[in-house]
Amino acid sequence: MTLLINGQERVLEEVKTLADVVAHFGLNERIIVIEHNLDIVPRELYGETAVQAGDKIEIVHFVGGGR
Amino acid sequence: MEVADTLKIGTYEFKSRLLLGTGKFSDLDVQQQAVDASETEVLTFAIRRLNIDNPDNPNFLERLDLKKYTLLPNTAGAQTADEAVRIARLAKASGLCDMIKVEVIGDMRTLLPDPIGTLEATKRLVDEGFTVLTYTSDDPLLARHLIEAGAHAIMPGASPIGSGLGLLNPHYLSFIVEECAGKVPVIIDAGVGTPSDVAQAMELGADGVLLNTAVAGAKDPVLMAEAMKLAVDAGRKGYLAGRIAKKRYANASSPMEFMIE
Repeated sequence: MTLLINGQERVLEEVKTLADVVAHFGLNERIIVIEHNLDIVPRELYGETAVQAGDKIEIVHFVGGGR
Repeated sequence: MEVADTLKIGTYEFKSRLLLGTGKFSDLDVQQQAVDASETEVLTFAIRRLNIDNPDNPNFLERLDLKKYTLLPNTAGAQTADEAVRIARLAKASGLCDMIKVEVIGDMRTLLPDPIGTLEATKRLVDEGFTVLTYTSDDPLLARHLIEAGAHAIMPGASPIGSGLGLLNPHYLSFIVEECAGKVPVIIDAGVGTPSDVAQAMELGADGVLLNTAVAGAKDPVLMAEAMKLAVDAGRKGYLAGRIAKKRYANASSPMEFMIE
């Protein structure tokens, strides 16, 4: 299905939940936060959060920044 | 018994009064050494999209011993209160921190904060239970409004972000220090370039300094980090010790009696 991930259209086959999306990009061990259609999803709910074609997903992390 | 001179922000308490940003370092090993040399306990970060084409780019946060530091994510990039609130919620959802540095930028050339959006974001994030440190201009009355809104620290810029111009308006910064006295700490944020700028800020009565570019952009970031740490300590001790009054003319320090004639 086609998902809008971090502003890019991506075709991901075989993904059913956010946990599958995280695994697809190899992010299981990473410090990330996910927004799914503008709602923040707690990590423990990735496995039960179903994704559908057209969903808007933001995967964010902490980067260097300050002053 | 000596009472510990600590920096209190909301429910947090720190021995170090130097807060360090984590941007613009050219090398992650040098960055870690600079962080160590600064003896900071608070590190700022920005929240950004992960590069999904290259998710394994090295990441400083993921190398850190997170038990040693309190994270201060910022809302950098936000130009409205809504954007700042969204970024703050994302940061908190990491489960790593409940502190947020509110910055709502109103002008992309000067990177000066938008006062209306800044106040609005501060109010909303205080209501949501964040520990809120607000980046603001050198306006003492805006500082007053931010305190009333519940901000846990006021962070006036010394000069434009990354400019290294030092304290452009020490007089108004000292008004902000007076405004905040006994209420919330003042942390000078942005624009400091040298250890003398840092010492000057602390001598004015600031409770801390946040800097980044002055260290990250120095020829030797590790040495500069140590210099900034010493400057914070020197300025703080100078402030506590109480400076002499300025006089227009000389005042000899050697006795004027029993002169040899």
